[in-house]
Amino acid sequence: MCDQTFLVNVFGSCDKCFKQRALRPVFKKSQQLSYCSTCAEIMATEGLHENETLASLKSEAESLKGKLEEERAKLHDVELHQVAERVEALGQFVMKTRRTLKGHGNKVLCMDWCKDKRRIVSSSQEHAVTMPCTWVMACAYAPSGCAIACGGLDNKCSVYPLTFDKNENMAAKKKSVAMHTNYLSACSFTNSDMQILTASGDGTCALWDVESGQLLQSFHGHGADVLCLDLAPSETGNTFVSGGCDKKAMVWDMRSGQCVQAFETHESDINSVRYYPSGDAFASGSDDATCRLYDLRADREVAIYSKESIIFGASSVDFSLSGRLLFAGYNDYTINVWDVLKGSRVSILFGHENRVSTLRVSPDGTAFCSGSWDHTLRVRDAFLFSCV
Amino acid sequence: MAADPARPPGRPRAQMPHLRKMERVVVSMQDPDQGVKMRSQRLLVTVIPHAVTGEAAGAGGACAPGLHPTSVSPVQAATSCSGWPRSSASRRRRPCTWAPSWCCMATSTRCATPAAWCSGQMRRPTGSRPRTSGQVPCGRLRSWTMECYDRLHKKISHVWDLVLMQAREQLRAAKQRRKGDRLVIAFQEQTYWLVNRPPPGAPSVLEQGPERGSRTASHVHMTKSADFYKREIEYCRRALGRTRVKSSVCLEAYLSFCDQHGPHDPLVLGCLPSNPWISDDDAYWVMNAPTVAAPTKLRVERWGFSFKELLEDPMGRAHFMDFLGKEFSGENLSFWEACEELRYGAQAQVPTLVDAVYQQFLAPGAARWVNIDSRTMERTLEGLRQPHRYVLDDAQLHIYMLMKKDSYPRFLKSDIYRGLLAEAGILLETKRRVFPFTRRPRRSSPSPALLPTPVEPTAASGPAGGDGVA
Repeated sequence: MCDQTFLVNVFGSCDKCFKQRALRPVFKKSQQLSYCSTCAEIMATEGLHENETLASLKSEAESLKGKLEEERAKLHDVELHQVAERVEALGQFVMKTRRTLKGHGNKVLCMDWCKDKRRIVSSSQEHAVTMPCTWVMACAYAPSGCAIACGGLDNKCSVYPLTFDKNENMAAKKKSVAMHTNYLSACSFTNSDMQILTASGDGTCALWDVESGQLLQSFHGHGADVLCLDLAPSETGNTFVSGGCDKKAMVWDMRSGQCVQAFETHESDINSVRYYPSGDAFASGSDDATCRLYDLRADREVAIYSKESIIFGASSVDFSLSGRLLFAGYNDYTINVWDVLKGSRVSILFGHENRVSTLRVSPDGTAFCSGSWDHTLRVRDAFLFSCV
Repeated sequence: MAADPARPPGRPRAQMPHLRKMERVVVSMQDPDQGVKMRSQRLLVTVIPHAVTGEAAGAGGACAPGLHPTSVSPVQAATSCSGWPRSSASRRRRPCTWAPSWCCMATSTRCATPAAWCSGQMRRPTGSRPRTSGQVPCGRLRSWTMECYDRLHKKISHVWDLVLMQAREQLRAAKQRRKGDRLVIAFQEQTYWLVNRPPPGAPSVLEQGPERGSRTASHVHMTKSADFYKREIEYCRRALGRTRVKSSVCLEAYLSFCDQHGPHDPLVLGCLPSNPWISDDDAYWVMNAPTVAAPTKLRVERWGFSFKELLEDPMGRAHFMDFLGKEFSGENLSFWEACEELRYGAQAQVPTLVDAVYQQFLAPGAARWVNIDSRTMERTLEGLRQPHRYVLDDAQLHIYMLMKKDSYPRFLKSDIYRGLLAEAGILLETKRRVFPFTRRPRRSSPSPALLPTPVEPTAASGPAGGDGVA
């Protein structure tokens, strides 16, 4: 098992405002100071200094980006499929639908598994009494299984405690937690029931305290709508990745609100991001019909999963438990199963009658569930004919 | 799809070529020599100028290909656009009226469009409030339209008086117009909405979902200013300072991870005794329940993969705690757990939790004092003066690494672990049922939400595995 790199954040008094905050190094006339993030922002917006013009700043940014690419390329000595040559190929997969869940009156937009590996919460476009808006685009199960969070066009994320008392009106106990200025595209509980991470069409992600509805941290940096997010499964658990319409996938530090890494190799909106089980990499699915694997330690894209025959965008991706298989649901009503190491497609699954909008593997890896605009959810698993 | 910043808001991209073609046809129709004969049509007592009969237009159709029935709005049938009314008079719109001034208001607030479309009635977007008695839009969009209207109101509230005045003027002027003109304008408005509906076959706005990216196309242009580039420069500088790892090392890591976890992946190698989704047999879940007397061998093996796996599994953590108790270092794990609780707990609890942790673990002479190095202790104590959620992070990390590097390897070599490994049973595969009709009936599992209070399982019954919430 490989060691992870840890990000150390220095907390202390800012050199400008003298408040106790998380500090960032800032260069002012080649002297390094430590500013808190608010002072750094103020400094950045103070306007241009004498010798700077917009053009010179732009050229400096471009040259730095070029240098960054060079640095990244220096350490790239081998491709994934080359390394994976010595891994034995997977055999033929037969994936069967074990359960078809009908019950939604309209498109299924999002789903999540409960930690007990058997229950699912799913959201759809229909008009139900409890939800104030039609498009519920994000839903999540709390780790304890006692509450769910959902949101969508109402710009809010609401938490509903689960109860099975027939006389209870679920809408009455609803708690409105997150407030954004545009639609909510994704939400997820962190390790406990008391914090929620949300991503929104207003280009920001935010961390909220469920009890009080307070905003704990906000993450700015995307240039367009943020469509998806995923929390890192790391031991010190402090980062998450988000993907947006600006074709960038950004890794954030939850404590300081800073963007730690950014990857911009996709050619269109990134619809879904998911971490590799070890936490060292993540995969993204995009409207440009490719899924890509990005490594965090090497700081680059390491694999592309695409085929000439696939022209529709991937709407959601997820890894199997060992990380060997990548399941991706596409807008052409199919699900493609990719071999992560070899980069080849293992299997293609049919069955849905409209585009696949969401796909998740169960927490214990025994099955995966796909939800689609054809109003159904299908739980499938695999039966492998191993090649002898 | 990627946003096109040059696209005028409100007009779907696909329609622009259609509109341009139609405009050309209409202009050619108006041509005095080659165009179609136009005359005034009498409709009861009103006179409609520039009306064209279907036949005439059909005859003129030879020289004006591309004239589509929908570009012509029938005077009599209000909303029908299929078929070509041969003899009824049809009013043809003049190009200059395709974008009347009040429509600009509508296009700038796209929110009004789906509401109007859905309601099937005409709405005047400027100024006048929708008459809620007669023109309520259909049920499910009601609250959304109200919200959109409120947003519109906020946007133009600073010119509200001007808008109201303009609206009154327009209303007065409209009343004073001759009936013929009024009819014409009404049809123009109708046709406008007909034209600006999505082309046939394209998913409507209700189907497609909220528009992505196009709204923020201007946002992107705005932020390409000085501070945007400064932020980019700062990010690049920070990124250049990162330590990177060689690709070969990272990729080898994937291989070893997949190798190690392969036998544990039910989708790749199957699971024993049987996958519950295939055989409808709960045995796998029962045996791998979070707290079970005898953990399976695979599970115990997983604890040996990494410290994270051990801590994530509640059984593993419990056994590790026993082991630490024997070594008299149990307070380390307790401290770590308390810090996790602080980090992910409710905001209101933070001061009390910090205090509790300090009293129990960090204060000199505390009951369960943890051994941290002096520098970390100093920093932590200083930070404790203004407690926040992450104030104990340094100390927590230190203790975590201590356990990982020191206690964890010893645990793996200890008798406790070895004993568990030896005792853990290897599972046999259950016989595959041949006859499907002897399948066991599916029962739903008790919901985690009900666990604290013992409730009969039938109260929570629903189809197994399904819990759709709209």
